[in-house]
Amino acid sequence: MTAASRQVVAGFIPLLDAAVLIAAREGGFAEREGIGLKLVRETSWANIRDRMAVGHFDVAHMLAPMPIASTLKLTALPVPMRAAMVLGLGGNAITVSTAVAAGMANEGWDGTLDPLASGQALASHVRDRATRGQSHLKFGVVHPFSGHAYELRYWLAAAGLDPAVDVEITVVPPRIMPDALANHHLDGYCVGEPWNTVAVDAGAGRFATCKQLIWPNSPEKVLGATEAWANAHPDTLVRLIRALGQAAAWCGDPRNTAALAELLSGGEYLDCRPNECIPALTGRLRVAGDRETHVPGFFQFTGQAGAVPRREHGLWFYSQMLRWRQISYSAEDADRVAAIFDGTMCRDALGVAGPGDDAGRSDVAFFDRRRFDPAAVEDYALSF
Amino acid sequence: MDSALSILVIDENRIRASIIEQGLREAGHDHVVVIHQVSGLVRQIADIAPDVIVIDLENPNRDQLEHIFQVSRAVRRPIAMFVDTSEPGSIEAAVDAGVSAYVVDGLKKERVKAIMDMAISRFRAFSRLEGELEAARGALAARKTVDRAKGILMKSKGLSEQEAYDLLRRTAMQQSRKINEVAESLIIAAGLLEE
Repeated sequence: MTAASRQVVAGFIPLLDAAVLIAAREGGFAEREGIGLKLVRETSWANIRDRMAVGHFDVAHMLAPMPIASTLKLTALPVPMRAAMVLGLGGNAITVSTAVAAGMANEGWDGTLDPLASGQALASHVRDRATRGQSHLKFGVVHPFSGHAYELRYWLAAAGLDPAVDVEITVVPPRIMPDALANHHLDGYCVGEPWNTVAVDAGAGRFATCKQLIWPNSPEKVLGATEAWANAHPDTLVRLIRALGQAAAWCGDPRNTAALAELLSGGEYLDCRPNECIPALTGRLRVAGDRETHVPGFFQFTGQAGAVPRREHGLWFYSQMLRWRQISYSAEDADRVAAIFDGTMCRDALGVAGPGDDAGRSDVAFFDRRRFDPAAVEDYALSF
Repeated sequence: MDSALSILVIDENRIRASIIEQGLREAGHDHVVVIHQVSGLVRQIADIAPDVIVIDLENPNRDQLEHIFQVSRAVRRPIAMFVDTSEPGSIEAAVDAGVSAYVVDGLKKERVKAIMDMAISRFRAFSRLEGELEAARGALAARKTVDRAKGILMKSKGLSEQEAYDLLRRTAMQQSRKINEVAESLIIAAGLLEE
């Protein structure tokens, strides 16, 4: 097989964490691994899913829970998929409108991103609104099967709110969220950058907390591949993962931040202003008009162990599907989920030792100090 | 029961939407509603209660639409994606053409297939039309360029219109270039000389 015959078509959504795919192409990392990488920008996750299913795309930038939802037939056009690599850690934040932020300040919130403090203040504000007979607050997420949906619900529930009863959660495309907040169609949302920063810049909202503080160093987007394609092209997939690992290392190097922001902002990629990409890439977030906060590790690219999919991460997403009644438990499904997030191929391709998947105790831990035991998924889901 | 189907077309492209609408009406569907904006989508769907929804794939609101079908109490009838009930070939044809559809559960496959086939062929026709329009715009622009270049030659060299055109064509042939490329170069050169 000649190098030129290893063509890979990858779908992506114009978001910051498409960076690794974009850098792999533009920085020549894919080419050096003998991969002709073609990137196709899409407008919705539904399109990504459909075009994966009909074979237009070999691989795609996907929300981490999407390969699970597809494999377990929770969405249309279900096909067995795997999460072949983690494309980025963290990067999401929860933004509330300036009106809700004022209500939270009345409940004693000092504007810190600490999820415990901001969550408690929001819960008090929601209860206060209820006693006054005011309408439910409406929050937006990008997709029903997304880290965003689960992080937002986790944060609300940890503060004592029932996400299904005390607030309303709807799906809104990221690009539309800041306007929806400014126009009072939404009171808050959980989304990747730059859509939180854009709302702050517009004076429409402020950061309440972020993914990195809710679930530190957790996977956000993955490289999704259908089982059929991955099994038919194992060598190409290994080369692609290696190329993406090198691209991720380049993206994660602070010396390349300005160049990366310039690259991502291009018309064929995110089509935004370069300085809108900078806060997430540096972790120096303007969380409100008058306040900057540094969140170390807010958003991370890595070609090291962090890029390796982990079974317990897949199982945590599955536990949240159970918790929010998107699916009922079966031991067979749990096994399939663990296999979707099996990191063996990625670990070998990247040549990293990585944490053993079956190393006993899990380090999947959340801000509320609850630990997740991947061997007891159902019990965990019911324990809340 | 063979009651008339209610069909909702969601497309921000008004021309394409009207082409689809026309096709549906010609096929005997009288209950067709077209919306271009998706603000207040839940209420609109609840009011219209469509049996079939046709939406273009460029629309960024498909995720929202699918979410509404899953959870909304306002949308009375459960809506499943058409593709669940069809053959793989037709799914690919729809995605290729850039269109997707959702239908109420239990609707007869043949009835949906006819609508889908029509939508696919109209979406393809629209793409072709768009391509032709683009080509026509290009041709028009080329003709204008050649006209301007002729004007410049007529003025600067005192040529007749036919002589100016012949000179452009001869030059193009000698240099193995398109006549409008030669004309473009000439306009740029004339512009530079004027300054």
